[in-house]
Amino acid sequence: MKVVAKRPRALMDKPTHYCPGCTHGITHRLVAEVIDEMDIREKTIGVAPVGCAVLAYEYFDCDFQQAAHGRAPAVATGIKRVLPENFVFTYQGDGDLASIGTAEIVHAAMRGENITTIFINNAIYGMTGGQMAPTTMIGQKTTTSPYGRDSKSAGEPIRVVEMLSTFSRAAYLARVGLFNNKEIKKAKKAIRKAFETQKAGQGFSLVELLSTCPTNWGMNPAEALDWVESNMVPYYPLGEYKTPEGGEDR
Amino acid sequence: MMKELIIAGFGGQGVMLMGQVLAGAGMFEGKEVSWLPSYGPEMRGGTANCHVIVSEERIGSPFVSSPDVVVAMNLPSMDKFAPQLKEGGLLIINSSLIDTEPERKDIRVIKIPANELAAEVGSDRAANMVALGAIIEKVKIVEVDSIIESLKENLPERHHKLIPLNEEALKRGMEAARD
Amino acid sequence: MADKILMKGNEAIAEAGIKAGCRFFFGYPITPQNELPAYMARRLPMEDGVFLQAESEVAAINMVYGAAGAGARVMTSSSSPGISLKQEGISYMAGSELPGVIVNIIRGGPGLGGIQPAQSDYLQATKGGGHGDYRLLVLAPQSVQEAVDLTMEAFDLADKYRNPVMILGDGMIGQMMEPVEFPGETSPEELPKKEWATVGNEGRKANIINSLSLQAEKLEELNLRLQKKYKQMQEEEVRVETTKTEDAEYVIVAFGSMARIALSAVERAREEGIKVGLIRPISLFPYPEQVVGKVAEQAKFMLTVEMNCGQMLEDVRLAVNGRCPVYFYGRTGGVVPTSQEIYEKLMELVRGEK
Ligand SMILES: Cc1ncc(C[n+]2csc(CCOP(=O)(O)OP(=O)(O)O)c2C)c(N)n1
Ligand code: SF4
Ligand SMILES: [Mg+2]
Repeated sequence: MKVVAKRPRALMDKPTHYCPGCTHGITHRLVAEVIDEMDIREKTIGVAPVGCAVLAYEYFDCDFQQAAHGRAPAVATGIKRVLPENFVFTYQGDGDLASIGTAEIVHAAMRGENITTIFINNAIYGMTGGQMAPTTMIGQKTTTSPYGRDSKSAGEPIRVVEMLSTFSRAAYLARVGLFNNKEIKKAKKAIRKAFETQKAGQGFSLVELLSTCPTNWGMNPAEALDWVESNMVPYYPLGEYKTPEGGEDR
Repeated sequence: MMKELIIAGFGGQGVMLMGQVLAGAGMFEGKEVSWLPSYGPEMRGGTANCHVIVSEERIGSPFVSSPDVVVAMNLPSMDKFAPQLKEGGLLIINSSLIDTEPERKDIRVIKIPANELAAEVGSDRAANMVALGAIIEKVKIVEVDSIIESLKENLPERHHKLIPLNEEALKRGMEAARD
Repeated sequence: MADKILMKGNEAIAEAGIKAGCRFFFGYPITPQNELPAYMARRLPMEDGVFLQAESEVAAINMVYGAAGAGARVMTSSSSPGISLKQEGISYMAGSELPGVIVNIIRGGPGLGGIQPAQSDYLQATKGGGHGDYRLLVLAPQSVQEAVDLTMEAFDLADKYRNPVMILGDGMIGQMMEPVEFPGETSPEELPKKEWATVGNEGRKANIINSLSLQAEKLEELNLRLQKKYKQMQEEEVRVETTKTEDAEYVIVAFGSMARIALSAVERAREEGIKVGLIRPISLFPYPEQVVGKVAEQAKFMLTVEMNCGQMLEDVRLAVNGRCPVYFYGRTGGVVPTSQEIYEKLMELVRGEK
């Protein structure tokens, strides 16, 4: 990871509540850097989820709304329809986006809502203490899949980016991983492209970030990064699934 | 007789288990008991604590606001809970991790080097049992046999091989509190 | 003592459900009730039951609707924001006359609120909660043992009335551990068949589970039948505990975990010769209005104590109906009043009386 000594302008100068080794912090920074580079901080409105990132509004130095669990895309739709010239992004976990809020994200993408979604896939419910998420891997043990996720009862993990790819008005869809410096650089590029898509008014954009939850995975931070690469990436292939120009890059 | 305790430390020090074992021991002796944990994400990286009551009479509030005993396994716990102690109450300090003096002069204080004593018997993860030994020595709410009985109930079968070690840690804690 | 075990409220409620013959659980994670679904996830497979984590509370309650309609004993649990989401489904259950047990381990609100214990969903629970003229039978335990007993009873009551029953606890009831005993066990096979359930209409007319009535008169008929049930509940299901009210000049009214804290204040005042009593409604709907009203005749005042801004207070005032002044003391947002605070408030009022 490039050690950027300076705090992005779009981030507050305060310690976060995230656990040691959690990738929520890196993602905050990447989003803030993109906001800085595009010089859009004062025109940006964020929407915080219910999940570990519920306090995102404390960390970003831009206007924010806190949404009910899963409803961030609907809240963002409301904001964007009132303020089409502003930048609106949602920051959502996998329980928030792919479980309770599936309807909202699907319909925002279907309408081609001109917003950007930062989607944190950590294969678990972090905030509530490690329950199964719709993205939990087969066999993965959580407090509500104590015998390991079993596809016969709990289905197969949802691949959100692939699912949304069927919508013609979903303009930019990418999946990135946060498990090494090279991939973190790619992640930032993808976030930039997503915001540029919004800037150009091209429609819905979403970046899925394969993330860690060392606390609820019961691993140390390094083990968790390895686990993303060796367990999640094979099931959740990285790359750009849709770009406004058309075409994929995987 | 009713004793109200707050046991606090950082996550991973086994303070929750300490409280459960104590409450379980009281139950074996036919006493009224309650155990109430702190919960939720505020525990992340911060302090964890539980409120334990062991009593001969009906327990009113399981929520302890002015404890008879505070067990502080680390400094933030002492800073937070020592001020809540009843006048004349007992503060048990894990002196392995706390080297500052409590400010209050109207309480009784005992210092137990819980991590060191636990390390001496084989694992500094048994520091919680050392502290538990100190509690039962000083407060006399339950017998040591009940604690061991309760420990068996509270530890999963696969950890039962650790019981002798925990027993040893308990005894060390009791001795340390005695002198 | 040997058969007592130390259990968390959330887990004890789950086990009580299983002991009552419930083999189906649908839920969604939310603090401070997470141990309940987690326990079901471990335990139900051992009983050939089904635990399913739904995609949301909206889905969970509709799964409950389906399972109840299919004749099963079924349960769900959540905490305040999740219970709000379930309200539509609960209204449909009441309208379709489906039994089921819903556990609300209340946390502070409104909105996302906090995660500490509160009683601020009293009005939502007792006055219907969703749309339409319906009521839930609402039971409020004050201890882990009572949570077990009431949960087991809740399944019988739900079946008796074909109506959803709510167990109303708070973060303290859910999180704390106390010794419990399980009074017995019912296996699903022993339960009487539900003739109205949709299980396939071999040899009979089709059964329909439904709350739609486009004809106004028909819908009114349903409503009147529901009202009759609620009236029967008021006659047969009131549960209340009174302590030292016989000679009480001053009376505290409190429910759930608040009541046990209030009782400590009552005991302390009694030691000082103040004649104080406690009324603890256990069924919040039906409300023990007759008991409250009767005690009000002899009381100089009543003091309602709650972990909210005064919700049950309205029911106390209705029941007292002007017979004595009714005061209120409460803390909210997850702050738990101490018995000391309650005692001081009581004494302040007593001094004012003299
Ligand atoms: C209606 C409702 N249901 C449930 C909850 C409890 N809840 C808080 S966060 C969360 C899940 C968070 O998981 P995820 O979205 O994956 O985010 P993470 O914490 O993993 O970043 C849940 C279920 C809630 N706040 N509101
Ligand atoms: S619980 Fe998991 S997702 Fe939440 S802050 Fe900790 S590591 Fe991150
Ligand atoms: Mg998650």
